[in-house]
Amino acid sequence: MSKYYLNYLDELESEAIFILREVWAQFENPVILFSGGKDSILVTHLAKKAFYPSKIPFPLMHVDTGHNFPETIEFRDDLIESLGAKLIVGSVQESIDNGRVAEEKGKNATRNALQITTLLDAIEANKVDCAIGGGRRDEEKARAKERFFSHRNDFGEWDPKNQRPELWNLLNGKHYEGEHFRAFPISNWTEMDVWNYIKRENISIPSLYFAHEREVVFRNNSWIPVSEYLKLEKGEKIEKKKIRFRTLGDITITGGIESDADTLDKIADEVSTMRKTERGDRSDDKRSETAMEDRKKQGYF
Amino acid sequence: MEINNNQLLRFTTAGSVDDGKSTLIGRLLFDSKSIFEDQLESVTNTSAKKGHDGVDLALFTDGLKDEREQGITIDVAYRYFTTPKRKFIIADTPGHIQYTRNMVTGASTANAALILIDARHGVIEQTKRHSFIASLLNIPHLIVCINKMDLVDFSEERYNEIIGQFEEFSSKLLVKDVRFVPMSALLGDNVVNRSQNMGWYGGGTLLSILETLHISSDINKIDARFPVQTVLRPQSNDHRDYRGYAGRVASGIYRKGDEIAVLPSGFTSRIKSINAGENEIDEAFAPMSIAITLEDDIDVSRGDMIVKRNNQPEGEQEFDVMLCWLNNDAAKPRAKYTVMHASNEQRAMIKDIIYKIDINTYNRNTEDKALSMNDIARVRIRTTHRLMLDSYRDNRNTGSIILIDENTNETVAAGMII
Repeated sequence: MSKYYLNYLDELESEAIFILREVWAQFENPVILFSGGKDSILVTHLAKKAFYPSKIPFPLMHVDTGHNFPETIEFRDDLIESLGAKLIVGSVQESIDNGRVAEEKGKNATRNALQITTLLDAIEANKVDCAIGGGRRDEEKARAKERFFSHRNDFGEWDPKNQRPELWNLLNGKHYEGEHFRAFPISNWTEMDVWNYIKRENISIPSLYFAHEREVVFRNNSWIPVSEYLKLEKGEKIEKKKIRFRTLGDITITGGIESDADTLDKIADEVSTMRKTERGDRSDDKRSETAMEDRKKQGYF
Repeated sequence: MEINNNQLLRFTTAGSVDDGKSTLIGRLLFDSKSIFEDQLESVTNTSAKKGHDGVDLALFTDGLKDEREQGITIDVAYRYFTTPKRKFIIADTPGHIQYTRNMVTGASTANAALILIDARHGVIEQTKRHSFIASLLNIPHLIVCINKMDLVDFSEERYNEIIGQFEEFSSKLLVKDVRFVPMSALLGDNVVNRSQNMGWYGGGTLLSILETLHISSDINKIDARFPVQTVLRPQSNDHRDYRGYAGRVASGIYRKGDEIAVLPSGFTSRIKSINAGENEIDEAFAPMSIAITLEDDIDVSRGDMIVKRNNQPEGEQEFDVMLCWLNNDAAKPRAKYTVMHASNEQRAMIKDIIYKIDINTYNRNTEDKALSMNDIARVRIRTTHRLMLDSYRDNRNTGSIILIDENTNETVAAGMII
């Protein structure tokens, strides 16, 4: 502290806290989009710091695809209770039952795209004017141009050519009724930064991130967990492997990697020697070269 | 990767497709081992499809669909890499004339700017434009990358000639620290690895310069400025009387017990406590996000600034700024805008356009009173209430403003207080 400069993790933390407070100051009804993954857990942890000793002054919102890992839901409920926060759940199953969306058909059917409608409906129903997400610019090339305050039109769409320039620390969240913003406090963090910080702060995360024995099937170059939604293809067989998950999406599309990393230290070491980007195991991004960009334009994160 | 006490350095890159800027960034990422297998695979495939020999490094920084189709970059893209010494954030901005706005945006938070020069062409108008913007935005460090040295036979003479050209025009600029590096991004000479072809060059590679730049002094640590973002008032029994003023220290150092003034009201008090998250601390400095409590119960809210009693900024309602216009719609004389400054917002009006600057010749034009996209001009602004201003030269965080169009809500201009 005597040197009067911050190390990179403290600087990233300070920037994220600044953005969270700016959201609270500029918007009426913000929420944290909470998926139960490490990035949204991190954002929640930072929000706790940003408003201490007050509680986090806005709700967490979870878009529940109905295809979650059971561990994720359990973790979510425990966290909400310990924070004394409010939880809003948008249910994809309800959107299907109400005829707002139709279940995908075919071999690689997922509920990934269906989330968009549920999310936008939940945003509208709760009059949310800013949804805070754990998106990071290093995750995927379409996110490299994302702003801290990302403007969405009244259809929830993102237009890469119509994003407001962000200069210095001046964030412009002005908008008309019906439009909303997404805010990304950890834009400048990389996967490595996230793990180093989780380790430093000793933040609890779902057990799925740690290596454990699990029944899996090898598909699209990664280990897909066995669940009631998994239909075995010809030639596929169920195996028991020690794996861990680098990201947590739906149980139907999240691939695990073989690993022995069962502590935060070991995970951080493994990540630093990893030669693959973390979304490389998400089959939803692989559908086409611009999959993420196309989904963002429709209102995905 | 364990990085102990290593700092975060932000730099911006200016140059056009033709200067090999994307190749340079690709080279930095590739040689510093920041490229992942699946990215490499995807780029190798694309390179093969396009019929390139080997891997086209420029493809690593390719962004959106429209760009890939047109082979250009639009807008500012952020890239990341880390070495055992530092974490780096690159604000990658396109170099075409119509993208001044993006360069200004990318440069606004940068510690350093990379200016690319094609060794065959030497200093061109674009070099002057980029250097001028870097100087206007008060970027502390400038690194002039003289690229494509392989195309001029790695000639030391040519390199010195270009340095001469650069120094001739840059004497008018206000940049404190300028370095030159001869390189070939395509072959990798002097980017991350030392060149075998330029034994005559005694300086460091681009990466070693970036890793060792002294950036701790880039933020003003003398003038204490704390713009209040929001007030924390917990509704719990344990903290019934707590009133914390939350914000990020814009500059300077705050300690428990400091005598402070709250502006614009002018009320004075003392700092009772400083919190960083759950931890109470004795002192805080820029750019820490903290919460401050005061000994006295005075009225403080968002937009106020807590400063030291003996070092206060000027409260002004009318002031001059260097303004860069960022919007497709031209400025409207005497139209009303919202001005954002630190955590404060006021309504404002452009009273007068004093002169426009030609960013190729630095000539001032006092006749032309129109402000359109990418124009840079000295203007006089009047606000409804006083703003607590510092000059941009002294303080980037409290010397900068943006203007917002009240009808479209778009950010239309960025200004640096003179």
